[in-house]
Amino acid sequence: MQSILADTMFFPPERSSVAGSVDGLFDFIYYLSAIFFVGIVFAMVYFVLRYYQRPGHKEEPSPSHHEVLEITWSVIPSLLVGVIFFYGFTGYLNMREAPENAYEINVRASKWNWLFVYPNGAESDELHIPVDRPVKFLLQSGDVLHSFYIPAFRIKMDCVPGRYTSTWVIATDTTEAPDPNDENAKDGHLPMNLFCAEYCGEKHSAMRAKVFVHEPGEFDVWVEKAANILEGRSPAEAGEILFKRKGCAQCHSIEGDMSAKYAGPPLNGQWGTERKVTARGTTETVTMDENYVRESIRQPNAKIVEGRKPGMTVFTPQLLKDDEITAIIAYLKSLK
Amino acid sequence: MSTITPDTKLDIGHNDDPSSNYLTCSSGFLSWAFTLDHKRIGVMYLVGIFTSFFLGGLFALLLRIHLLMPNGLFPETWVNMNTYNQLFTLHGAVMTFLFIIPSVPAALGNFVLPLMVGAKDVAFPRMNLASFHLWVIGAIFFLIALFTTGLDTGWTFYTPYSIETQTNVIAATIGAFILGFSSIFTGLNFIVTVNTMRPPGMSWFKMPLFMWAIYATAIIQILATPVLGITLLLLMAERLLGIGVFDPSMGGDPVLYQHFFWFYSHPAVYIMILPAMGIMSELMSVYSRKPIFGYTFIAYSSIAIALLGFLVWGHHMFVSGQSPMAAVIFSGLTFSVSIPSAIKVFNWLATMYKGNINLATPMCYALSFIFLFAIGGLTGLFLGALATDIHLHDTYFVVAHFHYVMMGGTVIAFVGGLYHWWPKMFGVMYNEAWGRFFCLVVFIGFNLTFFPQFIMGSRGMPRRYATYDPEYQIFHQLSTLGAIVLGLGMVGAVAVLVWSLFNGRKAPANPWGAATLEWTCTSPPPFYNFEHAPHVGSPYDYSQLKYDPQVGGYVKDPNAKPASDHH
Amino acid sequence: MSAAVDHQDQAHHAGDDHHGHSPFQAHHFETMQQQFDSGKLGIWLFLFTEILMFSGLFCAYIIYRYNHPEIFLYAHKQLNTTLGATNTVVLIISSLTMAWAVRAAQLNQKKLLIWLLSATLALAGVFLVIKYFEYTHKFDLGLYTGRENVMYQLQHPADFQELHEEVEENLAKQAEEKKEAEAHAVSEAEAVDAHPSEEHGDEHAAAHDSHGHDGHGGPEQFLDAPRNTQIFFGIYYMMTGLHGFHIVAGMIAIGWLLSRSIRGDFSSEYFGPVDYVGLYWHLVDLIWIYLFPLLYLIRS
Repeated sequence: MQSILADTMFFPPERSSVAGSVDGLFDFIYYLSAIFFVGIVFAMVYFVLRYYQRPGHKEEPSPSHHEVLEITWSVIPSLLVGVIFFYGFTGYLNMREAPENAYEINVRASKWNWLFVYPNGAESDELHIPVDRPVKFLLQSGDVLHSFYIPAFRIKMDCVPGRYTSTWVIATDTTEAPDPNDENAKDGHLPMNLFCAEYCGEKHSAMRAKVFVHEPGEFDVWVEKAANILEGRSPAEAGEILFKRKGCAQCHSIEGDMSAKYAGPPLNGQWGTERKVTARGTTETVTMDENYVRESIRQPNAKIVEGRKPGMTVFTPQLLKDDEITAIIAYLKSLK
Repeated sequence: MSTITPDTKLDIGHNDDPSSNYLTCSSGFLSWAFTLDHKRIGVMYLVGIFTSFFLGGLFALLLRIHLLMPNGLFPETWVNMNTYNQLFTLHGAVMTFLFIIPSVPAALGNFVLPLMVGAKDVAFPRMNLASFHLWVIGAIFFLIALFTTGLDTGWTFYTPYSIETQTNVIAATIGAFILGFSSIFTGLNFIVTVNTMRPPGMSWFKMPLFMWAIYATAIIQILATPVLGITLLLLMAERLLGIGVFDPSMGGDPVLYQHFFWFYSHPAVYIMILPAMGIMSELMSVYSRKPIFGYTFIAYSSIAIALLGFLVWGHHMFVSGQSPMAAVIFSGLTFSVSIPSAIKVFNWLATMYKGNINLATPMCYALSFIFLFAIGGLTGLFLGALATDIHLHDTYFVVAHFHYVMMGGTVIAFVGGLYHWWPKMFGVMYNEAWGRFFCLVVFIGFNLTFFPQFIMGSRGMPRRYATYDPEYQIFHQLSTLGAIVLGLGMVGAVAVLVWSLFNGRKAPANPWGAATLEWTCTSPPPFYNFEHAPHVGSPYDYSQLKYDPQVGGYVKDPNAKPASDHH
Repeated sequence: MSAAVDHQDQAHHAGDDHHGHSPFQAHHFETMQQQFDSGKLGIWLFLFTEILMFSGLFCAYIIYRYNHPEIFLYAHKQLNTTLGATNTVVLIISSLTMAWAVRAAQLNQKKLLIWLLSATLALAGVFLVIKYFEYTHKFDLGLYTGRENVMYQLQHPADFQELHEEVEENLAKQAEEKKEAEAHAVSEAEAVDAHPSEEHGDEHAAAHDSHGHDGHGGPEQFLDAPRNTQIFFGIYYMMTGLHGFHIVAGMIAIGWLLSRSIRGDFSSEYFGPVDYVGLYWHLVDLIWIYLFPLLYLIRS
């Protein structure tokens, strides 16, 4: 079904492949309701005008029930709502089942912001997606319930702590400004709104983000750039981001915390100091320098600091590039 | 009662004897606070729920005025995001738990139902009083929550937010728990009263439809409220003991909470609307002076709504992560509930056919009910259909929809019913012209408030937002303007009634010519209601009643033929 | 008009007295039978709400048992089946005395009624005392709800450092003891080599095994608990706690009946309250009869 009411006062613009059918169903119900509503109000007003109490007017007998009539007005609405139900659930099933080749973006909601994580590790707090390609959103919540809602796409799904939910979309229009040199460029659209639709505490209404839709090529460029943390930052700054993002901070304190809360030794103020480690069953003393850190990342189990247990993730070059290790080293040096 | 002889003063059926009148037969605070009389309990409920209604309404007005500007009209120091969240939570909680659930059954039902069955009281008068006392205690707990830290969970108390927020969720849940018991006591009383205390001759299908509606409501109150009780108890245990059933950080499931909560709260919606439908059936028939059309269909549809209402709670959770199959089933069942409601509307319309329509204030409210309830009901179709609900869920469209049903439906019918039974309750007639005028103001204000909300909702404006995107501003402004008009209209409507208490002329026994039993006793009724069990006729047979201008009301027509049974 | 009403009212009452108007008949009921029927319907509806209230908990139980059977299998071992079974018997007997009390009221056996109500009250007391011992035993072991639960704390060593250290210490101590015991056993075995006895070994193993679940082992006995076992205890305390609350409410109601029966209110004409409280009491017993196998007797 296509919508007649689209782009009228009732709707935000349609920007996804499902928006048209949602609006189409909305239209169908709208006109059906309008017919019933006008009928009901017309009958009411007509009866009032015709039969209102006035001198000389008296009620006349009429049947107090009429089975054929009553069954008719029970059955016809039943059939009509049956039709609505059918279109509603077929449309819904389309919206739930993401195609297998969909581009997957991890959405992490927490009080009160959105974090989008792309397959190559890039992260952003505004949503960027490619146009004309199915994109699946894998939703997570870090604290309370949130709801991922993009009105222009007509999609919405709750983010539930402790489980995954998902929704997907094919965006039909890009959001860039039109390129004056390109004849075929589509009209420029402003970036769209993304809302949190499930009440989540104080700044619920501030939990909004913008959605940018790119041409596929442009999107690839953007996502590569976003993943490259090293560019445009000092090595120590980039190292700090990597330290958090790669999970180092979960086991290594940077505040000198020796407790069992952290499985690994604290890392601040350690640069250049000596420590006792166990390497292949023998105890030796090493200095914390570039090569020791590099070895501890690439082969964490080679030397274990006394009193700690082995078990750190082995960071192969796929997980952490050499340049990134250099950045982390710069960061560790900066920690006091 | 109405025989006129030259030397007696005209007896219009007004109760002139202060020692018999239930309002004046005893006095003092304790004679009210500990009365077992269902009429006095009804009146106390009436005062209580109107106080709550104006408190909730005040919150609503503050919200609406704040929303005049995209970033809030009031400065941060007055109303910040936190205050806004508290305001909408308390508006919702007060309106649902303190006002609308007890409104028709506990206030009007308590007063009218025993009179309608020709009984001296409800089956368990002490339990009835306990129900009111529990209501007061529940209200006190809400006030405690309000004056300590407030409450900012939304009236739904969704976990895990309600587990971790610093506001006084415990006080509010204790309040709601106690109010639940109050509601159970009322429902239990009504079921037993209807089952065991009907007079001889009043078979099930000779009961007034208001009684059918209250009966169906009572069934829901009995079946659903205990589940709310245990849910709130678990929520309290979650906060106090950390039992973990609803807390994802302890291995619990927050969606389970939603299932539990809506298993009560969806049927609760029918606790709110069914009694209003009962009032409508009375009003449409009395003021059209026609027997109600399709009595059996209306009676059965009440029961059908009550039972089907238990099967549709999942439609509040289409986007909460339940399985698609569950969503489809709940959607299908939801549509099945729409049919009985539609049947009722058609039957009410058909009742007016060839009638003699008296456009008194209650009828004006009844007509505006049909208009508003039709919009509320039809917009429900958008929300029952899965594909459109995904878009509309948790937006202002939903807010507008349930206000059209709950306020445009229940509150309008409640006020209409109050105007209808007012002469019986207090023995005075109100000013008809002002009554109609404020009905019109309420109607206009209501539509202006809530219709723009449909549009901003379908344009994507989420609910419970303290600040919003400027593109929605015009709709918010219209809505706020409407809210002010609506507020004035409501104050006016109540003022007309209060005014009549002091200045209204004496009401006759039967000013509207209704055929149900409560109109056969004096206005206001004596303490024991009926000296003798009244004669039971058809509740919608008006052929034996005749308007007597000297009385200012209807009297038995001595020339009328014996009642013919329409059913 | 009022005079007429008063007169009629008096006449009405006087007339009623002739038919033996019971002093316990409320003014708004036409007959004692109507009053009794109303009360009976009322209490049944009330019991219905009680069942629905508990059914919420049963739902929570079913959902978690279905999703996490391992939690229930592990945790139920901490409950004492003997005490649970004793309590079941106690409640069944109290149901019998209660039912008999209703019969006694109907047959005008006033002394017997007083005795039976007292017996019911006493049995309810016994139930609560046993429950008290069960609860305190669990508290001693640290089996509280949520974050206070020792099993939860064991699984989150970082947040509960002290417990963690205690466990490490105990484990070390046990390892030492075990070594010693083994050494002892070896020497013993050498000594009894001439008279090998299989039974002896079994007994020893059994004694050692029971040490863990007997109750007074340290928190280290719960190291093998599945994740989120604390939820079982949340559900256990909610179910038995709410049930216990109903027992207390029932005791108050029975106490009220007792005082009224001592006053001599009940007779074959008027025994409604005994009947209603009896029904309530049977429901409370019935709920326990479901709780007992669901919580204490779990098999995979």
